[in-house]
Amino acid sequence: MAKVKVPRKSTSVDMTAMTDVAFLLLTFFMLATQFKPDEPVQVITPASVAEIPLPDVDVMLITISNDNKVFFDLQGEHYKKTLLERMGVKYSIVFTEDEKTKFSQMSSFGLPIAQLKQYINLSPDKRGSFPSAGIPCDSLQNELGDWVWQSRLTNNSFRVAIKGDRDVSYPTIKQVINTLQDKDVNRFNFITSMESAQ
Amino acid sequence: MAEIEGGGGGKKKGGKPHGKKLSTRVDFTPMVDLGFLLITFFMLTTSLNKPKTMELNMPVKEKPDDITAVKVSQTVTVLLTGNNQVMYYFSDPVTLDPMTPQITDFSAGGIRPMLLRENKKRVPNIDSIQVYKDLYKVSRMTEIDMKANIARLKADVEGLIVIIKADENAKFSNIVDILDEMLICNIGRYAIVDISDPEIELIKSSAASLKTAGTVNN
Repeated sequence: MAKVKVPRKSTSVDMTAMTDVAFLLLTFFMLATQFKPDEPVQVITPASVAEIPLPDVDVMLITISNDNKVFFDLQGEHYKKTLLERMGVKYSIVFTEDEKTKFSQMSSFGLPIAQLKQYINLSPDKRGSFPSAGIPCDSLQNELGDWVWQSRLTNNSFRVAIKGDRDVSYPTIKQVINTLQDKDVNRFNFITSMESAQ
Repeated sequence: MAEIEGGGGGKKKGGKPHGKKLSTRVDFTPMVDLGFLLITFFMLTTSLNKPKTMELNMPVKEKPDDITAVKVSQTVTVLLTGNNQVMYYFSDPVTLDPMTPQITDFSAGGIRPMLLRENKKRVPNIDSIQVYKDLYKVSRMTEIDMKANIARLKADVEGLIVIIKADENAKFSNIVDILDEMLICNIGRYAIVDISDPEIELIKSSAASLKTAGTVNN
């Protein structure tokens, strides 16, 4: 029996189309991406069926970790600079221009304002190991209220979002809500994750 | 890699001895590699789905004359007591005394059927909310109309009013869960209120009675 001669086909594949697809996707992801801000604490938000998306701009974020510590963040570098200046005036702490810039680039922080200066001057990779005590928000010393109030003086269109861990105890939540109510913030959002299919 | 050139150019015999013709084809494989590497990176760092939020409106503080009087028969008090348990009671319309509390949980068969049933009892056409939503889905109703209709039904004066009270053992997830139930059951009027001492006692006593009942069963 004669051998069937299989014609040798070239193994070359045209990669152009694949490149096109790859770069199309790449462009999409580059444009759609928003880098996750590094958070000082890991927070597992409770699940809910709510479908209101968080607004992109003008968000005042209050994070509450599962050990009941309160963290604060404000969107917009410009606003943060003004905020720190106002807080400095209120608590008679002088912040330099350099510190304000560093502060405006920081993510959430959870410290009494007395420790803030020290924290700002740490390099970003050392900030993670700095012990966060949480922002005091009890009736004796309510710094959270001041942060909220001064932020509202900076820009009144801020929406307050509360991102609480699912294990935060109710008294802490109540304290934060009371603080907000004292500062005339009566509308706020709880950040939740999507409920898995029921 | 993907390109195995079967001999370059310049092999025609007898042709003019012009210079070697270089292939214009470029091997794209490394470029694809790079492309996909970057895609992977961006896919991992991106957070495509925006976090979802749930809105909560609290009353303005310190305005006692603003308090709205509601019928006791319209209200149900829900106590969040930790351990993912929830206790609810109605009040007697005449004596205003709380009736025997019921203990349940946040699962679909927990407090939800009660809320749905009680709300439907007071607002019989509450189910039309689903109809409006369906009409909107098949574009037979505008979004504004749908929202207006739903808001009207939810704000019905006869509707169930839920008073939410949490004790100190309650977790944040319990609060979100109960607010979630309000959303699911289309209850428009609810409030988070501070817990009172008699209710703390009530929780304690029913926890105690549960315990004794448990021992009897064992």
